[in-house]
Amino acid sequence: MSFINYSSREINCKIVYYGPGLCGKTTNLQYIYNKTNPEAKGKMISLATETERTLFFDFLPLSLGEIRGFKTRFHLYTVPGQVFYDASRKLILKGVDGVVYVGDSQVERMEANIESLDNLRQNLQEQGYDLDKLPYVVQYNKRDLPNAIQMSELEEALNPTKVPSFEAVAPKGIGVFDTLKAVAKLVLTELRKGG
Amino acid sequence: MIQQLVMYEEELQQINSICEILHRDSNAKAVLVIDKNGQAIAQAGDTQQLDVTSLSSLTAGNVAATGGIAQLLAEREFAGQFHEGEKTNVHISIVGQRVILVVLFDERSSLGLVRLRVRKAAAELTIVLEVMVKKSASGSGQPSVFSEITDDDIDNLFND
Repeated sequence: MSFINYSSREINCKIVYYGPGLCGKTTNLQYIYNKTNPEAKGKMISLATETERTLFFDFLPLSLGEIRGFKTRFHLYTVPGQVFYDASRKLILKGVDGVVYVGDSQVERMEANIESLDNLRQNLQEQGYDLDKLPYVVQYNKRDLPNAIQMSELEEALNPTKVPSFEAVAPKGIGVFDTLKAVAKLVLTELRKGG
Repeated sequence: MIQQLVMYEEELQQINSICEILHRDSNAKAVLVIDKNGQAIAQAGDTQQLDVTSLSSLTAGNVAATGGIAQLLAEREFAGQFHEGEKTNVHISIVGQRVILVVLFDERSSLGLVRLRVRKAAAELTIVLEVMVKKSASGSGQPSVFSEITDDDIDNLFND
């Protein structure tokens, strides 16, 4: 649910990075944070455990510039990927404007990928959203690992609706901004339609 | 699609004025109004030193988590929270099931006074919010500028 402030001429949108545990959601945000001009970003907040696993969410506010005199602000969130944090994941999806699903390319994570994608669809449904109607993109992370499986297989299993998808190596930034731009564009396009 | 929230000048002025009166009458350090999704809507008082964006997101997360606990305990919601610090205390309440009213205060005020003043402010805020939601739903406040956004406008945002 985007928040349009005619008074301060701002559009605020919420984008959620979803995916299985250790797929690289937080790494995506960290890369964006490190590569963004200080004036365009706020503080990145990570509510993580002592072992740096996301406990509740990461949060990164980002300004993308002006569109027709309105400042566009994107609030990027990640969810905790581990299966037992499902209650927290549901909370973070509230008010979402766009979703990035981050899949892990490693063959042994395929089951976790599919489980997480099903979980995303289900949790959105519980909040009254339909994944097929939301601005939504897919990122296949960890493309540099030797056990990464073929793109065609990933696409078949994780992107049946053929939304825009991107190959990524998040720690090196490969595909990170492409993914963000794609989802941000879809969110703004949705806004144009009258959201 | 779930209804988006639109803020117009008139309602924002009313909300700002409610915040300022609450700030003054409760002797608070600062007052914030936050959308339940974590967007800051209005603020009053000494907010220069505050990271309002982060505070808003974390408070909304906190309220969402507390709401989750309420559901598990078959409560509708916990309407209020109070955090006691050494120097600063935080009073958090949900108004009109839609926004979060946050009051930061120190030893110059008291929980009793804050609670009393929040109750009055919350009642006033609820009325403004109802108007705002109605306006958002009907889109009657102002013609949307977003219908005129072109693909080029969107592309231009990403030219770096």
